[in-house]
Amino acid sequence: MKLPVKMTINGQTQSHEVEPRLLLVHYIREVVGLTGTHVGCDTSQCGACTILMNGVAVKSCTFFAVQCEDAKITTIEGLAKDGELHPIQQGFWEKHGLQCGFCTPGMILAAWQILDRTPSPTEEQIRHQLEGNLCRCTGYHNIVKAIQWAAENMATAKK
Amino acid sequence: MYPAAFEYHTPGSVREALSLLGKLGDDAKLLAGGHSLIPMMKLRLAQPKHVIDLRRVPGLAGIKDDKGTIVIGAMTTHWQVESSPVLREKCPIVSDTAGVIGDPAVRNVGTIGGSLAHADPAADMPATAIAAGFEFVCEGAKGRRTVKADDWFKGLMSTAVGDDEILVEIRVPAWAAGSGGAYLKFPHPASRFAVVGAAAMVTLDGTGVCTKASVGITGAGTKAVRAKGVEAGLTGQTLDQATIEVAAQKAAEGVDVQADLQGSVEYKSHLCRVFARRAIEAAVKRAKG
Ligand SMILES: Cc1cc2nc3c(=O)[nH]c(=O)nc-3n(C[C@H](O)[C@H](O)[C@H](O)COP(=O)(O)OP(=O)(O)OC[C@H]3O[C@@H](n4cnc5c(N)ncnc54)[C@H](O)[C@@H]3O)c2cc1C
Ligand code: FES
Ligand code: FES
Repeated sequence: MKLPVKMTINGQTQSHEVEPRLLLVHYIREVVGLTGTHVGCDTSQCGACTILMNGVAVKSCTFFAVQCEDAKITTIEGLAKDGELHPIQQGFWEKHGLQCGFCTPGMILAAWQILDRTPSPTEEQIRHQLEGNLCRCTGYHNIVKAIQWAAENMATAKK
Repeated sequence: MYPAAFEYHTPGSVREALSLLGKLGDDAKLLAGGHSLIPMMKLRLAQPKHVIDLRRVPGLAGIKDDKGTIVIGAMTTHWQVESSPVLREKCPIVSDTAGVIGDPAVRNVGTIGGSLAHADPAADMPATAIAAGFEFVCEGAKGRRTVKADDWFKGLMSTAVGDDEILVEIRVPAWAAGSGGAYLKFPHPASRFAVVGAAAMVTLDGTGVCTKASVGITGAGTKAVRAKGVEAGLTGQTLDQATIEVAAQKAAEGVDVQADLQGSVEYKSHLCRVFARRAIEAAVKRAKG
């Protein structure tokens, strides 16, 4: 039996009827049509499906859409404002924080979570907090540098 | 991966959730953070016909100080436990343990009640539940009852909570001045679950003698257990390096160590001894301030 579900994704209200077993990531990609959120492992370990829900980073492959009634969701598509990249996105650009780009949307939203809780993280803190996001290409070094770049630029922007 | 189809329920109170549980019986599963249940449903290791989501039940999340006993609602997330000022001050081992569960996204969603009700043999919090002496408050149709940590873990993914009950809160007793605790684990490289984890709490008197020791081991066997031999080797002793070393040798006794892809029985038993020693050393350091 389908159930109605309503949530806000990147500022827009979405409301659909879905099967309870529909995973949030499939809802976002296939029903809403935002394909920036990726499915890497499908076993909750890689973080490619990371989104922000009510202000915290979560793995959208490990939620049912029906659990997210009234949730406020931000996907990678919702991060840039008025055609301007978010500083974290800019950091990945500046520091070559991606190669194939598959992990990148999840990495960027995980980075958002890190900087929200620790605006000037140490390298060690960044690495520890990225434990739930896997990258098969970069070896992580440039991802760490990208997040450091973003931290510095977000701090300057606040001043 | 699609789980098998199910009906979804969102009761608005514990009473309503209990009446659903009573009516639907074995066909129903409670859903808290879903970070153990949903992965199992995706792999179809679990195929409940009904899922009862507790998210709308008020009063199940939060941390409060009840005259020295810290009361943690079952639906409190690992992140809330990790970042709680009250727990950080009164019983930091609990926050430390929550802080090494999985990764930040898992900790944002998974709950302490879900973890302790699920009782994964490789879960972290069970070791600390034993060491810190958690009490588990379960609510059923007939009211509430309290279960001690030593009676909670029954076997592989099996606990004292009844099929017709809900774990509503966890009570963490106050520890005397001069106490310290630590939880340390050897994490699985991909999942971060504990291949072996050890939690130790010690209380030292003014002269440095250990008046109370409490040690829990997780990961190695089918369930978390109390390392009684280790505790006996510490209690009444001055905890110098040699005493800790000798006591920690007993860490795998009473653990039904399981060989698996992570290691042989010998290897995991060795990890029990090494991590018990390290956890005790860290606990003693904290007890001394
Ligand atoms: C990628 C990944 C890595 C992880 N790494 C770790 C790790 O390193 N260490 C670790 O300890 N855990 C780890 N976990 C597990 C995580 O901690 C889970 O959140 C936790 O085990 C279950 O909590 P939950 O709230 O998600 O419960 P759910 O998945 O919702 O429920 C789990 C089980 O408990 C039952 N249940 C839930 N709440 C109650 C209640 N109040 N009363 C009675 N029964 C209840 C449910 O019916 C279900 O059977 C990991 C999970 C993932 C996805
Ligand atoms: S697809 Fe969700 S964690 Fe990998
Ligand atoms: S850039 Fe390819 S997986 Fe990270």
